[in-house]
Amino acid sequence: MTAAIEVREYPTEPLKCWEQAKNLRKNYYEYYLQAHEKGGLRWAGGAWSFSAIPAGLGEDVYCITGEPYGATVAFFKDFAAKCHDATEAAGFPRTLCAYMRNYWGSILLDKYILTDGTVVDGYPAPDFIWQDHICCSHGKWYQLVKWLEKKRGKEVPMYSVDVSVGYPSDFSPEEDYKVNYIVEQLNDGINWLEKVTGRKYNDALLVDAVWNEIKATSLWAEICALNQAVPAPLDEKTMYSLYVMGTLMKHRPECVAFYETLRDEVKDRVKKGIAAVPYERFRVITDTQPPWGFLKIFREMEKYGAVSVGSLYTFGLIGMWQYQPDSTWAPKPIPPKKPQTRDEALQALVMWTLHKPEWAHFYEPELKTKMMESIVKQWKVNAVLLHYNRGCEGLSLHIAENRFGLIQAGIPVFPFEGNMGDERDFDLAGTMARLGTFFESMGLKKLKE
Amino acid sequence: MITAGVDVGAKFAKVVILKDGKVLARAKTLVGFDILKSASDVFEMALKEAGLSRGNIQKVVATGMGRNSVLQKHPINADEVVSEVVADATGAFQVVPTVKTVIDVGAEEGRGIKVEGGKVKDFVINERCAAGAGTFVEAMARALEVKVEDMGPLSLKSANTIPMNAQCCVFAESEVVSLIHSKISKEDIAKAIHDAIAGRISSMVLRIGVEKDVVLIGGCALNPGFLPPLEKELHTNIIVPEFPEFVSALGAAVIAANQAR
Repeated sequence: MTAAIEVREYPTEPLKCWEQAKNLRKNYYEYYLQAHEKGGLRWAGGAWSFSAIPAGLGEDVYCITGEPYGATVAFFKDFAAKCHDATEAAGFPRTLCAYMRNYWGSILLDKYILTDGTVVDGYPAPDFIWQDHICCSHGKWYQLVKWLEKKRGKEVPMYSVDVSVGYPSDFSPEEDYKVNYIVEQLNDGINWLEKVTGRKYNDALLVDAVWNEIKATSLWAEICALNQAVPAPLDEKTMYSLYVMGTLMKHRPECVAFYETLRDEVKDRVKKGIAAVPYERFRVITDTQPPWGFLKIFREMEKYGAVSVGSLYTFGLIGMWQYQPDSTWAPKPIPPKKPQTRDEALQALVMWTLHKPEWAHFYEPELKTKMMESIVKQWKVNAVLLHYNRGCEGLSLHIAENRFGLIQAGIPVFPFEGNMGDERDFDLAGTMARLGTFFESMGLKKLKE
Repeated sequence: MITAGVDVGAKFAKVVILKDGKVLARAKTLVGFDILKSASDVFEMALKEAGLSRGNIQKVVATGMGRNSVLQKHPINADEVVSEVVADATGAFQVVPTVKTVIDVGAEEGRGIKVEGGKVKDFVINERCAAGAGTFVEAMARALEVKVEDMGPLSLKSANTIPMNAQCCVFAESEVVSLIHSKISKEDIAKAIHDAIAGRISSMVLRIGVEKDVVLIGGCALNPGFLPPLEKELHTNIIVPEFPEFVSALGAAVIAANQAR
C-alpha cells in the first residue's frame, strides 16, 4: 500500500484498437445469430466452459456464452427490466443469479440483444449445450435453458463437465487423478458431440483451438501485468470491454490476434507514459463483476484522481497467472511445446485451465485474499473496493472473508452493495455518497465536478 | 479563533459555534423542504445565542446529507464540506479522546466508525433501509399511536422479548400492526422495536469490529430505550456524551478550526 501522491496531469489518448475490439465483439454476437443461415452450428454454455472442444466440430461452429450475454442485457437497463419481469412472471425468484435471469428472460421474451442494444425478434436457440460445472447457478442455468427450449418445441441436448477437483498447488503425481477425471469427461464429451451433431470430430482443429486458448489467456494476463505501470495505461472500465473477447472466444485465432495487437499497443502506452486517467493519484482495485448498468461510478472515481487498475476478477476471469519462485504473481507462461494429438491437447487444456485464479473463489478464500494482496503490492494499489454483488453467489462467495483478510493486512477496503445485472439492487446516489466519504477518509478531495 | 460547524441532517439541522475549543452556542431546528432556509434559520439562532455575526466567524464547515446546500450559499457561506463520517470521528474524539468506535444513529442513517486518534480507520453505513435508524422509531410510534419521545421510556417498562423479523421499515410496520391485533402490550411492542433497531445496528457495527471506548451519538442516542439493547447486543458498555446530536456539528467546527490555523 502506498500513500496518495501529488496531483499531476498525464497525457491520455484513446486506444487505437478500440474500434477493432467493438467490431470483433459485435460480429461474434451476429455470427451466432446467423450461424444456421450459413449452415453452421450454434452452441450455448458458460464463459468458463472448455470452448476449444466444440471447435473440433468445424470452423462454422459458434457459441454465445451466457455471462457476457447476461452482462450485455444488464448494460441495456430497459431490456434487462423486461427480462426480469419475464423471469419473475414465469415463477423464478429475483434472488437467483442475475446473468442467468437475464438470459432466461431473453428466451422467454423470444428476443436477442446485440452489442449495440439492437433487440432482434426470435431468440436463436442453440443446437447443443456445452457447459462446465463449478458454480451451483452454472449447473442449473442450462438445465433450465433446455427446459425452456423444450417448451418452445426444441430438444436441445446438454453436456456438462464437472471441474470440482480444487485448485492445484502443483501437479505432482498424487494429483494426476484431478486432471484425469476431467480429461476423461472431455473425451466422453467429444464422442457425445459427434453423436448429437452427426459430425466427424477433427483433432487438428481441436489442437489449434487449445493452443489458441492457452495463448489468448496468457496474453490477457500479460496485458494486465502492464498495468503495474504508473500511470496505468488502462483503467478497469476500459478493460471490461477488452477481456470480454476472452470470455466469448478464447479459443479463436482472432482473439489471439487481437490480444497481440492490444498487448503491443499497451506496451507502447507504457513506454510513452500515456495514462488512462489524466489525474491519476490514487489507485484502487475492485472485485467481482461491476453493476453493469452503473459504470459511471468509475467516472466518479476519476473526479477524485482515482483509477481502478483492475481486479482479480478482471485479471483472472480469463487471464492465467502463477506464483513465481520469488513470490511475485505473474502471467503463466505458455507451455514450451504445442500439443500434437487429442490426448496431449486435452491434457494441456485441463492442466492449464485448472490454474484459473477465479476458480480459487470456490475453493479457498485465503488463496483469493493472498492473490488480492499480491495485486495490491505489485500494482501499487492504495485501496480495494469490494462489490458485495447480490447478483452472483459464486463470485461473491467468501467476499466478506476477503475483506477481513485485506484489512488485517493493513489495506483500506470500501465495500458496497449492488448487483451486476439487476438495477433494482443498486443505490447509485447512496453508493456515490459513500464512495466520496471513503475517498475523503483517505485524504482525497474532488478535483473536479 | 471562532469557527462554526453546520450539520444539515435528514431531519434536523444543527449548528455549533466554537471559540478556542470551547462551545459558544448550539442550536437545532427541523429541516423543511427549503433546506437552505432551515439551515440559515438555525445558523442565525446560533449566532444570536453567541452574540455574533457571520463576519465574526473565521471559517464554517458543513456536514450532513444536505451539506452541499449551504456550501458557498448566503447567508451561511460554508467554506468547506466534510462527510458525516469524518465529522463524527472528529467530534467524538473531541468529547471522548479515548474513543475507538463511534456509532451514529440519526434519522435516516446508522453508521459505525472505527477511529484512531480522531482519524477514520474504517466505517460502515446501513444500506438502503430505514429499519436501523430514527425514522423507524417515528413510523412505529405512529403505528402504536404513541408520541415518539414516549417510545423509549415505554420500552423500558417491558422485560419481555418479542422478535421482530422484518428487515424493511414498511414491512416492520405491518408486523407491528399484527402484534397490536395479537393483543401484545404497547410496552412489549415498544421494546421489540428498540431491540430490532439495536440488532440491525449491532450487526452492522460488528462488521468493522467493536473496540472500546464505544461512543453513541446522533439523535437516537437521546432515546433511553435504545441504549440498553444496543449494549446487550454488543456486549459492552457505551458512552453517550452530553448533546449527542451535536457531535457531528462539533466535529465540523473542530475541522474548521484545524483548517483555519
